[in-house]
Amino acid sequence: MTTPAIELRGLRKSYGDKVVLDGIDLTVAAGTVTALLGPNGAGKTTTVHILSTLLRPSAGTALVHGFDTVRDPDGVRAVIGLTGQFSAVDGLLTGEENLLLMARLRHLGAKRGAARVTELLEQFDLADAARKPLATYSGGMRRRLDLAMTLVTAPRVIFLDEPTTGLDPRSRRTMWDIVRGLVANGTTVLLTTQNLEEADALANQIAVLDGGRIVAAGTPDELKRLVPGGHLRLRFTDAATLDSASRLFGDSTRDDAGLELTVPSDGGVGALRAVLDRLDAARLEVADLSIHTPDLDDVFLALTGTTAPSGQVNQKGMTP
Amino acid sequence: MTTITAHGPAGPGATRRSYVVTDAITMLRRNLLHMVRYPGLSIFTILGPVVILLLFVFVFGGTLGAGLPGVDPAGGREAYLAYVLPGILLITIAGTAGGTATTVSMDMKEGITARFRTMAISRAAVLAGHVIGNALQAVIAVALVLCVGLLIGFRPTAGPIEWLAVAGLIALIAYATSWVGVAMGIQAKSVETASNLPVVLLLLPMLGSGFVPTDSMPTWLQGFADYQPFTPFIETIRGLLLGTPLGGNPVLAVGWCVVLIVVGYVWSMAIYERKSVR
Repeated sequence: MTTPAIELRGLRKSYGDKVVLDGIDLTVAAGTVTALLGPNGAGKTTTVHILSTLLRPSAGTALVHGFDTVRDPDGVRAVIGLTGQFSAVDGLLTGEENLLLMARLRHLGAKRGAARVTELLEQFDLADAARKPLATYSGGMRRRLDLAMTLVTAPRVIFLDEPTTGLDPRSRRTMWDIVRGLVANGTTVLLTTQNLEEADALANQIAVLDGGRIVAAGTPDELKRLVPGGHLRLRFTDAATLDSASRLFGDSTRDDAGLELTVPSDGGVGALRAVLDRLDAARLEVADLSIHTPDLDDVFLALTGTTAPSGQVNQKGMTP
Repeated sequence: MTTITAHGPAGPGATRRSYVVTDAITMLRRNLLHMVRYPGLSIFTILGPVVILLLFVFVFGGTLGAGLPGVDPAGGREAYLAYVLPGILLITIAGTAGGTATTVSMDMKEGITARFRTMAISRAAVLAGHVIGNALQAVIAVALVLCVGLLIGFRPTAGPIEWLAVAGLIALIAYATSWVGVAMGIQAKSVETASNLPVVLLLLPMLGSGFVPTDSMPTWLQGFADYQPFTPFIETIRGLLLGTPLGGNPVLAVGWCVVLIVVGYVWSMAIYERKSVR
């Protein structure tokens, strides 16, 4: 049995009376991507800060490749890299100088350091801007530089705290590609995000954090199965048809104002065909039909205490 | 750019060697690069004291000098130049400490200090880089301000030994006040606060024997002026440069330096970890 890359046991953190983490247990296998998903103030950043030795837990343990973050912080620091919510770069230096600074602090030696810096500048599409001051960099470029600085010695575990917050869609995709590239090379990634699409796109495992607790964990598919959210929505042209259809499907919910009927379903072709067959048999005319499969929005809203109002599923964005 | 080459990560055992000195040198290089790249702050630390010097010598100097004990009113300005210059040198050092606080605070707020912490760079190395960089800057600034003094007619009587002693003491005071500046920079909640806190240091030469003899002050202020660190600093430098009586001032000056270093160091170390996480 190999040591997990990350292991959290009963992790707690409180400031006075304010409990930020209320007993977190989490295991992350090496070479996988785990997303900590949660609203603001759920404790995502605190968890990452404890794992990266910036904060001491109030109770419980955090292990990175078997090294305890409290008893052996230098052991942890030797295998991790952190790219935080705000890019931690030296704004008075150029991109190249920032990377060289990291290479020197990682004790790579002048020759190896310079070679690695050139390589990273190429990989992160920063070669043209290498000798320009950071004041001229865009948000996406700063974030890429920040990550490149973390990767100077290719750490085995990388923490990405909201890596794409504030980035435009294109920069976000670029960041995703970079993360996938890292994982392809065996790096373990723990990322925090409020973006459900991001967790779905990148993570093997998602832990939903709310109020300092993990309220659900599993693969994206497992989580989606946790909440009933899949349904068909049928719209009819008149109230009489809606009435008939409503009697036809006993477990459905109706919306008289919109002449709509919501029928629970897994969204599969078979289930769809069955519903349409029954409507045909009863000679009921459907004006409009839409399929809704459960997505992480449903999971998120259901699990983090803000339930989706009925009849308003597929809601994008988060309720605060 | 989708593939990231995996360099063999340094095994846990490999990084256990202590790199404090190497890292401190790297940090020092970084701070010196900042000064070269953005000379604005450095120039200001020299320009400020020069303006004060010219103001006090050419505007107030005639009258102030005439009021100094045992000075012929006709030669007031030259006498005052000699009197005020050591104080101006101390203002230069205090001003540079303000710069230290600002740069340290910027590092804390930008999160790069947190990054250094996750990289196992010891806080001693990070802070030593700042302290030594700024102490060097202070020494250079003091030398340039002294040159301006010489240009406008300051004529010290010091011999080679005294000059050496002056250089050594300036370096020591610069090092000590830099530690206090570093602590203030870590403590400050914002960069703005950080640049304001060291104003206290700037006032000390004025609330001591820097600009007027302390016995010309009201008794309550004189009590403070005589026993604060900048008065022995100024009196020692004045004694070395101009041959005024030194008394116990050199011992007091070195003692105060040690106190400031210890206070600044302990204060910085105590709050570094807590203040580097946002």
